[in-house]
Amino acid sequence: HIILAVAAIAPREEARMLPAPGFVRSSIGRKVIMAVTGAILFGFVIGHLIGNLQVYLGPEAMNGYGAFLREVFHGAGLWIVRAVLLAAVILHIWAATSLTLQSRAARPVGYRQQKWKESTYASRTMRWSGVIVFAFVVYHLMHFTFGNVHPSFIEGDVYHNFVAGFRSVPVSLFYIFSMILLGLHLRHGVWSMFQTLGVSHPRYLRIAHIGAWIFAALIVIGNIFFPLAVLAGFVK
Amino acid sequence: MRVTLKVWRQKDAKAEGRFVTYEASEVNPEMSFLEMLDVVNESLALEGEDPIAFDHDCREGICGTCGVVINGRPHGPRERTTACQLHMRSFSDGDVLTIEPWRADAFPVVRDLVVDRTAFDRIMAAGGFVSATIGGAQDGNTIPIPKEDSDLAMDAAACIGCGACVAACPNASAMLFTAAKISHLGLLPQGQPERSERVRSMVARMDAEGFGTCTNHGECEAACPKAIRVEFIARMNADFVRAKFTAGRRESGLAEGNG
Amino acid sequence: MKLDARVPSGPIEKKWEKHRFEMKLVNPSNKRRYSIIVVGSGLAGGGGAAAMAELGYNVRCFCYQDSPRRAHSIAAQGGINAAKNYRNDGDSVRRLFYDTVKGGDFRAREANVYRLAEVSVNIIDQCVAQGVPFAREYGGLLDNRSFGGAQVSRTFYARGQTGQQLLLGAYQALERQIGLGQVAMYSRHEMQELIVVDGRARGVVVRDMVTGELETHLADAVCLATGGYGNVFYLATNAKGCNTTAIWRAYKKGAAFANPCFTQIHPTCIPVTGEYQSKLTLMSESLRNDGRIWVPKAKGDKRPPIEIPEDERDYYLERMYPTYGNLAPRDIASRAAKRVCDEGRGVGPTGRGVYLDFKDAIARLGKRKIEENYGNLFEMYQRITDENPYEVPMCIYPASHYTMGGLWVDYDLMSTIPGLFVLGEANFSDHGANRLGASALMQGLGDGYFVIPHTIGNYLAREKFSPVPDDHPEVVAAQEAVAARTKRLLAIRGRRSVTSFHRELGKILWEHCGMERNRKGLEHALGQLPGLREEFWKNVNVPGSGQELNQSLEVAGRVADFLELGELMCLDALERDESCGCHFRTEHQMADGEAKRDDQKFCHVAAWEHTGDGRKPNRHVEPLTYENVDLAVRSYK
Ligand SMILES: Cc1cc2nc3c(=O)[nH]c(=O)nc-3n(C[C@H](O)[C@H](O)[C@H](O)COP(=O)(O)OP(=O)(O)OC[C@H]3O[C@@H](n4cnc5c(N)ncnc54)[C@H](O)[C@@H]3O)c2cc1C
Ligand code: HEM
Ligand code: HEM
Ligand code: SF4
Ligand code: F3S
Ligand code: FES
Repeated sequence: HIILAVAAIAPREEARMLPAPGFVRSSIGRKVIMAVTGAILFGFVIGHLIGNLQVYLGPEAMNGYGAFLREVFHGAGLWIVRAVLLAAVILHIWAATSLTLQSRAARPVGYRQQKWKESTYASRTMRWSGVIVFAFVVYHLMHFTFGNVHPSFIEGDVYHNFVAGFRSVPVSLFYIFSMILLGLHLRHGVWSMFQTLGVSHPRYLRIAHIGAWIFAALIVIGNIFFPLAVLAGFVK
Repeated sequence: MRVTLKVWRQKDAKAEGRFVTYEASEVNPEMSFLEMLDVVNESLALEGEDPIAFDHDCREGICGTCGVVINGRPHGPRERTTACQLHMRSFSDGDVLTIEPWRADAFPVVRDLVVDRTAFDRIMAAGGFVSATIGGAQDGNTIPIPKEDSDLAMDAAACIGCGACVAACPNASAMLFTAAKISHLGLLPQGQPERSERVRSMVARMDAEGFGTCTNHGECEAACPKAIRVEFIARMNADFVRAKFTAGRRESGLAEGNG
Repeated sequence: MKLDARVPSGPIEKKWEKHRFEMKLVNPSNKRRYSIIVVGSGLAGGGGAAAMAELGYNVRCFCYQDSPRRAHSIAAQGGINAAKNYRNDGDSVRRLFYDTVKGGDFRAREANVYRLAEVSVNIIDQCVAQGVPFAREYGGLLDNRSFGGAQVSRTFYARGQTGQQLLLGAYQALERQIGLGQVAMYSRHEMQELIVVDGRARGVVVRDMVTGELETHLADAVCLATGGYGNVFYLATNAKGCNTTAIWRAYKKGAAFANPCFTQIHPTCIPVTGEYQSKLTLMSESLRNDGRIWVPKAKGDKRPPIEIPEDERDYYLERMYPTYGNLAPRDIASRAAKRVCDEGRGVGPTGRGVYLDFKDAIARLGKRKIEENYGNLFEMYQRITDENPYEVPMCIYPASHYTMGGLWVDYDLMSTIPGLFVLGEANFSDHGANRLGASALMQGLGDGYFVIPHTIGNYLAREKFSPVPDDHPEVVAAQEAVAARTKRLLAIRGRRSVTSFHRELGKILWEHCGMERNRKGLEHALGQLPGLREEFWKNVNVPGSGQELNQSLEVAGRVADFLELGELMCLDALERDESCGCHFRTEHQMADGEAKRDDQKFCHVAAWEHTGDGRKPNRHVEPLTYENVDLAVRSYK
């Protein structure tokens, strides 16, 4: 069968330039949001770790720190931080979800066999580690901030809540498990952040990788020591 | 040597596909991978069966036409080697080779191992060029270009458009291909006038074609026969952010959102 | 049929300028009323399509690959010539012109070659403006190298990927026009037939290679830029898809085919390893700048190269051609290699190979510099042969590479069919009987960017066009011819694979119409070929149907045309009873074995006119006159 092609050529629709959609709708835009919010969360986790180190200085220091947090800027400070964190988590999760959906749709039929060379376990499990870390945060808030899953929560006595909280072995184990996943998440996340924000330079590529490792490790180790210290009776 | 092939067979875009097993006996290790397929196809044809359709042309690693996933690796196990330059000596007697087409929504299967990569052409048409009207050029030596810049541009320009980056990417993302072209032109003075417009419209087209997003796995670089580096992706990201936030200086207020 | 080259009068330096002024122009607002078909998306086709679209013509461009970016121009490695004289080493338009005419052994048309040399300068400028990343020096200026037997450094290059980078430049310009809707691109479409209405080319029949549908496209003019037919030898450095189909259909519709026997054998390719071999890989000629070619002095010396001491090596090119040495032109270098192998001094497993040795260069320039210049070529060699050329010398042998022959065209690149233009390697290019390295890319882009955009306007402006009705007898006839041919191929269902026929054809031509030819051999080949063709049409096996992606059918169609072309090549080689450039008739050689031209009898282009299947085609001649270079004996000693 023979067909006759149109003599006059109309511009082929798909060939025409389309007006670029907004930053937020573009894949790279959402990536950047992910990176920025990730960076905020990352910064918080570090700061939070340092703050929590006060526990080793005893009840006064820890509770003082807690009180300070609540009173700084006449109480406004904490709320600002909370607002920022909340926004970051929401945006981060939204970006992660929409990017993930786009990528899922991009490969409807998978491979029978696939061998990985460059990607890491951490990079391939970002979505899971993220979700679990999020679940952890929710539990963690109910545990230490609202106290509704805490055996003997005392509003304001952060030190007591802390020590009492980690006395329970399963709780501590859950914390430890979550921290390891957080470490994985950050191990890829931090390097990925540089790449996404376009600040990666071939000369500093290795440093960025090593840096990501070190930070992730510090956070995991630092955080894991809290429950361990309590269980070991080192912090009472 | 002899090898067993598990090959994806699919009559056309609409048909159901499946894996079919073939035995390739008396394979010569000096053969290229495609020559091995040729031999299999010759015997298939004589048995009245449809030969395995696969894309190829130059058979020397430069045209970017060939490309199949062999045992889970685009272009096969050898680094920086296209399927057409892969030789059977890279395998050993008795190996089982699973051969699949590129898998991506933006690369629909045309037949067997042949896929439709015209999405790449459309990304290029969206802005992968310098609008240098023929005849209007000034002398080639008017603008000196630092050797390092032009060498770096050449590294990016070496992309052969084979699509292995998409095939390898866990997210089926076309970032490496797009970044290579944006970097090639963006690194040269000739590419500056359209630099912002280029990155905006090429990325828009890339998204519209239905590729996945980049989560910096780096599989693309590992699979790329021309070893295009992911640092170009970082470069594109930076270009994109700059372009987006500096766009539309002349439309008061609407800086955001219009390409 | 009369061959009128329509070369403008006046001094050679002024011809092109004068002609551009005398040509009729198409009013800018009228350009969009004209539609042009361009078959081919290589340097010539892609560049031409983009250039004509920029002028405002409606262009439809076709290629058989899945993307125009994959045209075979992509494979060019070494570089592109231009008479820029950036080296201050005495180059000039006139010298490039002279070198090209001499290199072609005085069988090219002076006026065209001069124009080519003139536009070479603009080509580089245009490519740089497009962002082609040519190699540069530390000062930031463009780098050059001397290439393929030139005594000046006029070759511009981009690593070992010059063709790729030039083609991407043209492809990007083309994609820009596609984006603007000025060009409609039809990839995976193969031209099957030319449509000639009232003696003018008005369209093509193409096969959609995915659905198998036959489409008819009608226009005001047709440009063929479908590349060379080197694959007629089966084993060649060409991409597997390179074919003669487009120009062969045109030939059978009345376009004269010029110098079909002028086929270039490239000296530096990776030797054949076995029967299954599907193609040969070129090792860029640029390697000859630093590599030294040698074979053992003794016959059958099977020692590994490193164990053969200096004084037992024969650097035969340096010995035979002291001035040019390893840079002697391709035809000469190839024949010399064949000779030493015929003497039994060949190396490698098959004994059909010679060494290309970088030991001295590495000692002189250091491994880094060599790596910088040839890194990717060395890599490619190692990938294919599994040998490391930094340690052991490369093993190389000549292979079919380029075809100077092609459709005859006049000064405006128009064939003997009005409205049918032929660009690039597809025409009987400007290279006479032998092409110098780095000048095909130049010709492709010259034709596409700077010649056709002018000359096509001249044709369109002079002619009147009324739309061709879809049911015009010529249109219907063309469609039916293609349909019938496809049907016939699919109906045979024989016992022999398409490839086996192609291999056999290649062997016959390589043996008798390759590097050396003679009456006996050519007559023998002419005796064999018709039989092979008959068997093909009786016993070839083409599985599948016509309504699907069917690669066997594609190849079968191409091989069928090669089988006919091969015969014309032998006929042309037989009738050209002289030696010139690549066409070496053993009956005509000097005492020292150099080609012996016969300018009295054969200083002309031979253009063949099809007179019907199974009939002997007519041989027409276009006499060549040399007013600006004197017909000298070509010597590279
Ligand atoms: C390995 C190699 C290395 C080379 N190196 C150099 C070098 O260093 N310097 C140099 O100057 N030259 C070199 N050459 C020669 C040069 O590359 C070619 O002569 C030149 O690129 C030809 O360009 P073209 O546009 O005429 O044809 P091509 O680039 O071959 O394009 C042909 C086009 O026609 C299309 N086509 C063909 N048949 C059909 C059909 N039937 N239907 C539809 N479309 C069709 C194809 O799809 C393609 O798009 C080299 C050649 C080879 C093989
Ligand atoms: C439901 C919760 C979460 C999900 C689904 C999630 C998912 C992701 C994903 C998919 C990425 C992108 C990886 C990449 O692009 O390479 C990412 C990056 C990141 N995430 Fe999360 N995450 C979550 C919560 C968190 C939390 C709680 C933190 C901090 C404690 C965090 C810190 C980071 C960081 C620092 C990055 C790097 C930014 C980037 O990759 O560009 N994430 N996350
Ligand atoms: C083992 C490690 C951790 C310990 C011991 C710990 C301890 C605590 C304590 C004691 C509080 C209450 C502080 C107060 O009420 O003044 C708190 C609050 C909080 N923690 Fe943690 N934390 C840990 C890890 C994390 C991690 C990894 C995250 C985030 C990814 C996190 C997020 C928060 C948040 C959001 C709050 C609420 C802050 C607010 O009051 O708004 N914590 N944590
Ligand atoms: S970037 Fe590499 S893998 Fe991707 S298309 Fe280009 S060459 Fe192929
Ligand atoms: S593998 Fe995919 S995720 Fe990004 S770095 Fe490469 S595109
Ligand atoms: S066939 Fe050209 S790259 Fe493999």
